[in-house]
Amino acid sequence: MGKVIVVTSGKGGVGKTTSSAALGAALAQNGEKVVVVDFDVGLRNLDLVMGAERRVVYDLVNVIQGEAKLPQALIRDKRVETLYLLPASQTRDKDNLTPEGVEKVIAALKKAFDWVICDSPAGIERGATLAMRHADIAIVVTNPEVSSVRDSDRIIGLLDSKTLKAENGERMEKHLLLTRYDPARAERGDMLKVDDVLEILSIPLLGIIPESMDVLRASNLGSPVTLADEGSAPSRAYFDAVRRLKGEALPVTVPGERRSFFGKLFGRKAA
Amino acid sequence: MSDLFREHAVNLLLTISPIHLGNQKLTKITIVLTKPRPIRLKGRSFLALSLAPELPLEDWLAGLDDLADRSAGFFLRRPVVLDVDGLDINKAELRKLVDDLGQRKVRVMGIEGARHSLLGPDMPPAMNDGRPASDFEPPAEGETDEATEAQDAPAVETVVAAGPPIQATGSLVVTEPVRSGQSVFFPEGDVTIVGSVASGAEVVAGGSIHVYGTLRGRALAGTTGNGSARIFCRKLEAEMMAIDGFYLTAEDMEPDLRGRAVQVWLEGHALKTAILG
Repeated sequence: MGKVIVVTSGKGGVGKTTSSAALGAALAQNGEKVVVVDFDVGLRNLDLVMGAERRVVYDLVNVIQGEAKLPQALIRDKRVETLYLLPASQTRDKDNLTPEGVEKVIAALKKAFDWVICDSPAGIERGATLAMRHADIAIVVTNPEVSSVRDSDRIIGLLDSKTLKAENGERMEKHLLLTRYDPARAERGDMLKVDDVLEILSIPLLGIIPESMDVLRASNLGSPVTLADEGSAPSRAYFDAVRRLKGEALPVTVPGERRSFFGKLFGRKAA
Repeated sequence: MSDLFREHAVNLLLTISPIHLGNQKLTKITIVLTKPRPIRLKGRSFLALSLAPELPLEDWLAGLDDLADRSAGFFLRRPVVLDVDGLDINKAELRKLVDDLGQRKVRVMGIEGARHSLLGPDMPPAMNDGRPASDFEPPAEGETDEATEAQDAPAVETVVAAGPPIQATGSLVVTEPVRSGQSVFFPEGDVTIVGSVASGAEVVAGGSIHVYGTLRGRALAGTTGNGSARIFCRKLEAEMMAIDGFYLTAEDMEPDLRGRAVQVWLEGHALKTAILG
């Protein structure tokens, strides 16, 4: 049986889809069988980020409504053969997701894949709650700024109350993925500190992804960043996050702290 | 309880159980325009009998009469809530039932579990969110006189004594952080949070509030009119704190209290704050 991960945040634009694609690809690059499921019905993006937008025939809603079989809707990645995408529908809305339908699809995917990664839509409504409902593990994507942190806190509350695991009295495993971390802005004190975010959310840190042009470039190319440039800083951060996800005790380094001497030097010059 | 009554209770399905009513959140409303003194709305919890009628109503009312015969004044001065949840009844029948009860000196103060379409403006108001308390012992046959007298004289005390021992459940301990959007609501007494209260979360307590972590959200203590309640926290970043309806927003707090261990109490009509040790 595979593990179901929900990538969620509450707030939009923090990097859920980018992280879903990057983590999914990184897991698949390690030889694991992975499917990334887009739950953002009506505003799908995962197909673009994974470069599969021109290969979408059937989608999640088609499968749920019985118009297509699950294997027909799955799109295999052209670069990594153990990576699959289940796209969302762009023309329907979230009301087409039914709890029973989602349960059936997730159960079928769990049997066939090692990892089922659910890319949650923003918000706390139907799409988001259905995406998290069957998860074993939650990855909470947060930017180091106050509104994102508060929305993540709200989502953690829902993960502890509205999911199947919570209703069965079990504990949902939750991890924090801090994205769009900008060492220069952190240096100037324009962002929340990593320690402050961890203190507020009080869940374990899975990784810190630095803000980088590499991420934007990879998205525009239609490639998860871990596939586009394995050696880039964000890619290495995602690969490390995957190792921690699999249980490895790998210390987290805050981006920019190794260059703290130069950072201070440049900081003074700029001032 | 006599066997005879038990038989009635089973056959006629007359259930009598007290419930708590109206644990409304305390709010303070200030009328700025004309009145200098603010109006204060207080939440208060009362114990009421909940009557759940069963069909056919004639038989159920006969059972009620039987009970009233054995203990005159049993329903006198007792708040009664009619629980019609799951009862197949129309508007006219419900109105007749309320009238029938009125004739028997049972005054219905609210109706629980009724659809809105069943209730008119001339009917008792709808009630919801009642919480079950321990079952109420109706007086058994044979001991009617003493029981009736005892319950007749100090009506208020008897009602309270018949309810659950409120003081005994006077504290709630929460060992998880209170997340944004979550609300801890405990009008019965003190709340202790072992963890932080997030921005956008709220803790409402009838007694004092203790936060062994950072208080970033709202804390409302003494909401049932307890002016001696206090708020304690290990690190103050609160959005709002209130005791017995008097509140303090983040803007009005002393800036040097931020990030410190603080206690808050009520003195007269003003909230006082002090740094803890």
